[in-house]
Amino acid sequence: MKSLQQLLTECETLAFDLNFTRAKKWKAEDKSRILVGYLPIYIPREIIHAANGMAVGIMGAGDRKQIIKGDAYYQSYICHFPRGIIEMALDTNLEEFDGFLFPAICDCVRNLSGMFKLSKKGKFQRYFDYPQNFDPFIGGTFYTQEMEKVIDDMFKINGVKVTAEGINKAIKLYNINRQLIEKIYNIRDERPWQLSAVDMYHILRAGLTITVEEHNEILEQVLHHIKEERGEPMDNIRVVISGSFCEQPPIGLIKSIEMAGCYIVEDDFMLGSRWIQGDIKDNTSNPLEALGNAYIHQSTFSSAYYDVGNPKGKRLVDLARKRKADGVIFCAASFCDPALLDRPEMQKECDHAGLPHINFQFHENTGQFKVIKEQAGTFSDSIKLWA
Amino acid sequence: MAEPKDAIKENSMIIQKEMLAKQFKELSMATELGKKVVYTFVPGNLTELILSFDMLPVYPEINALQSGMRKKSAEYIRDAEKIGFSEDVCTYVKCDIGMMLNGNIGPTGEKLPPPDLLLLSYTGCFTFLKWFENLERLYPGVPVAMLHTPYQEDGNISKDQIDYMLKQLKEEVIPKMEQVSGQKYDHARLSKMMENSAKAEDLLVKILESAKNVPSPIDAYFAGVYYIGPIFTAFRGTQEAVDYYTELWKEVQERMRLGLGPVTPEGEIKEEKFRLVVEGPPNWTNFREFWKIFYDMGAVIVASSYTKVGGVYDTGFRHDPKEPLESLAKYCMGVYTNLNLPQRVEMLENYVKDYKADGFLINSIKSCNSFSAGQLMIMREIEQRASVPVGFIESDLVDPRYFSYANIKNRLESYFQMLEQRKIILKQEEVV
Repeated sequence: MKSLQQLLTECETLAFDLNFTRAKKWKAEDKSRILVGYLPIYIPREIIHAANGMAVGIMGAGDRKQIIKGDAYYQSYICHFPRGIIEMALDTNLEEFDGFLFPAICDCVRNLSGMFKLSKKGKFQRYFDYPQNFDPFIGGTFYTQEMEKVIDDMFKINGVKVTAEGINKAIKLYNINRQLIEKIYNIRDERPWQLSAVDMYHILRAGLTITVEEHNEILEQVLHHIKEERGEPMDNIRVVISGSFCEQPPIGLIKSIEMAGCYIVEDDFMLGSRWIQGDIKDNTSNPLEALGNAYIHQSTFSSAYYDVGNPKGKRLVDLARKRKADGVIFCAASFCDPALLDRPEMQKECDHAGLPHINFQFHENTGQFKVIKEQAGTFSDSIKLWA
Repeated sequence: MAEPKDAIKENSMIIQKEMLAKQFKELSMATELGKKVVYTFVPGNLTELILSFDMLPVYPEINALQSGMRKKSAEYIRDAEKIGFSEDVCTYVKCDIGMMLNGNIGPTGEKLPPPDLLLLSYTGCFTFLKWFENLERLYPGVPVAMLHTPYQEDGNISKDQIDYMLKQLKEEVIPKMEQVSGQKYDHARLSKMMENSAKAEDLLVKILESAKNVPSPIDAYFAGVYYIGPIFTAFRGTQEAVDYYTELWKEVQERMRLGLGPVTPEGEIKEEKFRLVVEGPPNWTNFREFWKIFYDMGAVIVASSYTKVGGVYDTGFRHDPKEPLESLAKYCMGVYTNLNLPQRVEMLENYVKDYKADGFLINSIKSCNSFSAGQLMIMREIEQRASVPVGFIESDLVDPRYFSYANIKNRLESYFQMLEQRKIILKQEEVV
């Protein structure tokens, strides 16, 4: 078993390897293997696994790559995220990827799918539409058809026939993955000093660049290490971060919040890995239907998900209560319409619940954190002094 | 910047003004008239279906653009930002919410009624979804009907997608409309309305395609936004719309016969110097000044994508009385912002060629990612495929803070100089 430090170092390297070396190496080992890149937030990775593929999360270039060409494709008032993606696509970062999936979360990502089509990146480029109708017979059927299109795309590349058995096997693996992640979050809930939010971030993001089997092994080992008491509690407040589900904040920003006296006990950074709440049925004769039902009945809340009848502001407050949070930090990327349009209502719900909150905006390549640290520090102090 | 003169109006404009006045009067008296009110959106609207239940549609983005034209939007946006909306987000949403915070006074100065049904026809714009989540909270308890229109990801409309739409219409939208209106769905009535829709659509296509003539008798962007008004909003499927387009087509034919250019607020364009295709919505806060920059330079917009945002008819689609619900489904999926980028590029390229355009111009809107994201790539594609000079300006829909007159004028003047220069070179090459 590796030491925790070894695991954390490995995860940090994997999380920010924008060339996806491990994934490409995995593909090179077997001719029938394929790599399918996907953008935030969620896709049912199980179907890719069942097609002898690896779903690779492309979470942006962050502050790790200089954007030169990408800026020429986007106006100043469009978020930073797609610039990095285009930059990576025009460079060699995404070579050897067989296809790309663009989940339906906003118009920028939707149109980016068209830009990949026009520039013919990968063998397929698919906008993955989520149903916004939650009747299993209407929306569920639509969702199944969306998955079938992806299965067909992959079959055309490697000829691997996706079977019910193969999907069930993948569902089992991803159920374990979600359970392990949740266990780590629960330990951090009890003893947030055991593992920093930055470390947690690296561990989750690393999982998007390797096989689920490898990630499960890492998670098992991390869990083993943090089950034992380690570290010392500090006089920090407990916060929930909301709004960073697509464009990712730079590590410096997460670190600044922690250093300012906040334990991040819940967040939506790697929301796709935690999208489905609970297990998906892994023994049915129709696993696509099981995946569809899980999407309809077990999805977490998000700005990309139509929430009529189940408002996300209320769900955010419930989550904050569950995590015994002292406050909420709304931390959305600039020009992120979904997150920013949700913010006023979510803030209102927090106000009703007496939950303090602050907000700021960032770019994935933001380099100055002093103001954010001061803001988060003041927030922390005010709660400690007067809450 | 010169003060705009009083606009010169043709008969069709007067008719349209009367239609709108009547519509907003009716809306202001909805309660007295016992009419139920449906809030919905322009792209992928179900106007005939709404009208077939004797309900009245309200289009929040039309209210927003009207507020922009009436110079009210700055105040409304400011009020929305005061309650927490970011400066970064869609100004249509903020303007609409600000208008509600200020008493929901419509473009004619009369109060708009609150909705009895929120019909979220989620077509071609993700922000619509967020917009209606906000409206739902502003009007708690009002039923919401969601119609999710699948994107034309593969560049076509599949049978599965039509089935998905039909199921939603039959099991979600129509039952909610029946519940709110107290009336049963009337297939025959809807069918009849579709006959009117198709007639008006035929006429609209003739009017827009008249711009293929040189000189063009119309401006298919600045005047085009007026031409699309009735059919994109509350009048599609009505006899009034057919009458309006009949009159407008008559006027356009007369201008063609006389070889006249487009009518502008200051009269006809005397000389058509440049023919342009424009991509993107216009700016509404300074609409007349914006248009004036073009007509002062003799620039005529011969085709535009914005006039397809409420329906693409020039590639053959018509509402079909024989299959009204199917055609509503196809209509929704066919609107411009529901097309994928390769489809948009192909359409724009065809416009440049078919309408013999001298150039291609993008008015990139800060608020509207549905249009704006990817426009710079669209611009490169058109430049390569159609071999015409391309131009790029930036403004916003209804936020006056993002309309810089001097900057836009400067850029356009440089662009027109480039077009002029190219004409000279092309002429010289012809001689050689």
